[in-house]
Amino acid sequence: MLRDEDRIYTNLYGFEGTDLKSARARGDWDGAREIILKGRDWIVNEIKDAGLRGRGGAGFSTGLKWSFMPKNVQGPVYLVVNADEGEPGTCKDRDILRHESHKLVEGILYASVGIGATAAYVYVRGEFKREIQALERAVAEAYEAGLIGKNACGTDHSIEVYVHTGAGAYICGEESALIESLEGKKGQPRAKPPFPAQIGLYSRPTTVNNVESIADVATILRRGASWFSGIGRPKNAGPKIFCISGHVNTPCNVEEELGISMREMIEKHAGGVRGGWDNLLAVIPGGSSTPMLPKDVCEKVLMDYDSLAAVKSGLGSGALIVMDKSTDLVRAIGRLAHFYAHESCGQCTPCREGTPWMAKIMDRIVDGTARVEEIDMLLDVSRQIEGRTICALADAAAWPIQGLFRHFRPDVERRLMAARKTAAA
Amino acid sequence: MSTPASVAAQPDSFAFTPESLAKAEKILARYPADRKASAVIPLLHLAQRQNDNWLPRVAMDVVADMLGMARIRVYEVATFYTMYNHKPVGKHLIEVCTTTPCWLRGSDEVLGACKRRLGIEVGETTPDGTFTLVEVECAGACVNAPVVAIGDDYYEDLDGPAIVAVIDQLERGETPTPGSQIGRRGSCPATGPTSLTTKSGTGAAPGSDD
Repeated sequence: MLRDEDRIYTNLYGFEGTDLKSARARGDWDGAREIILKGRDWIVNEIKDAGLRGRGGAGFSTGLKWSFMPKNVQGPVYLVVNADEGEPGTCKDRDILRHESHKLVEGILYASVGIGATAAYVYVRGEFKREIQALERAVAEAYEAGLIGKNACGTDHSIEVYVHTGAGAYICGEESALIESLEGKKGQPRAKPPFPAQIGLYSRPTTVNNVESIADVATILRRGASWFSGIGRPKNAGPKIFCISGHVNTPCNVEEELGISMREMIEKHAGGVRGGWDNLLAVIPGGSSTPMLPKDVCEKVLMDYDSLAAVKSGLGSGALIVMDKSTDLVRAIGRLAHFYAHESCGQCTPCREGTPWMAKIMDRIVDGTARVEEIDMLLDVSRQIEGRTICALADAAAWPIQGLFRHFRPDVERRLMAARKTAAA
Repeated sequence: MSTPASVAAQPDSFAFTPESLAKAEKILARYPADRKASAVIPLLHLAQRQNDNWLPRVAMDVVADMLGMARIRVYEVATFYTMYNHKPVGKHLIEVCTTTPCWLRGSDEVLGACKRRLGIEVGETTPDGTFTLVEVECAGACVNAPVVAIGDDYYEDLDGPAIVAVIDQLERGETPTPGSQIGRRGSCPATGPTSLTTKSGTGAAPGSDD
């Protein structure tokens, strides 16, 4: 279990003030000038050495991503912070935005040095109105104190920081859709390559990072790469905010060490599964798009990128959705199928047509009117969609369904046969 | 993708108030001068807020003209994103999250309680124009499920009676306390923190921690 002195987000729950003075009392902005003066290469290498992997879901090395940014470019270079949090199960960035906003602003400052950015946009989902206000306050305080803006912290580095609002579109959490949206268009993902590091916002070099990744940066640079990499497991370093929702006694967010066992996480922090561990049916371990795991896997699995990939799921955003034995799993996944159908941007045919199609079959399985053979049809459609679109939304729609049948197919078949018998009688 | 109800009675004109125009100036200052289209989403929010929380076509036209965008591009944006309302809504827009994490914690009960209390179905407005009820996808507050968004605030950790109490208060013209309706702090476990218990900071007064 993570020790309190190793926690980055000491005001995760908002028990303390969120203003600049309170943030400084927690250590934020300490030695900012010295950190900037250590320079671009030092910052990028430190983040690489720390082993920080993107906290938004993809898990790509943040330092490596930064190193793709071209050097010695004339004109604007952008950092875009992805605060379009909306993956069902996930609500960690919300806590950073409202309770630890100075960690985010400070992280933006160092990241801007690391990638040579001249301006940063934080793209916050439009529904987070109070969180937007909290972040705007922090940005204004940081400007006023000379921490950001022209000659930030009295150095010759300058960075403008802007807060931008979205308007209700899950797809804008995909980095190129987010860029399109920020340019004032529909949020439809771009084909890659070119990647944003070459052609991003306004066709300029751009890095898009998750809120938590950027907010982690300040503490890593202050405490050192080896502090961060010493927490967690090899290649799965550091603390991370986890969100535990669903059928637990005390749902919560909590910062924990990567590699903690799922069972320990649920029992220590979320008060255990409702009705006890043996009442557990399945857990979606990393946000809605990661395939569910049955109880026997949950028993032993560790919460990190590689351990969850090894059981054909993923850490994703670190959001555990716990389901006890009272859960109608077909309905739970059917509801997610509707979510993805609703959120498809409509650009690629397999996704636009396939996601509603999968939702319709799931509805038939929920109400028992589907034939058993339709399960194979459904899985076939899911594989036709997967990997055939510009972005990963279609994959995200396919995986929860594949996960359901990977582990619970006999149960669903029995249910359909029973429904048929009842209908015939 | 949302679909506009183009049949709604449309006003003949729309103009930003001086206060809104001052806000619009600030919004436009965030983007490069030759990239004004970036302001379209925030400006549509501003127009909707000024216009009783719905976006008539003339308001979209005003935004298009301000930004030098083709009107069709603004309509595209306004109909792609779900937060824009294309017909009048009640004074209080009740947005019930029913995605899986909220559903697991009882969003069916919350939605049912709203329907019974208000006497309307999803997508409808009460005859007196006070409340409109809609279902939304993941609100991003899953550890505080079930969640309902009303106006600028989230109401969390709900059940049927709790959302009815919130609606009662709104109807009396009161301002219900937002956030958790079971009195817990943010995303902290309801029984108290399981972390940050040894740090002097937890629960201390702002700024008293060193």
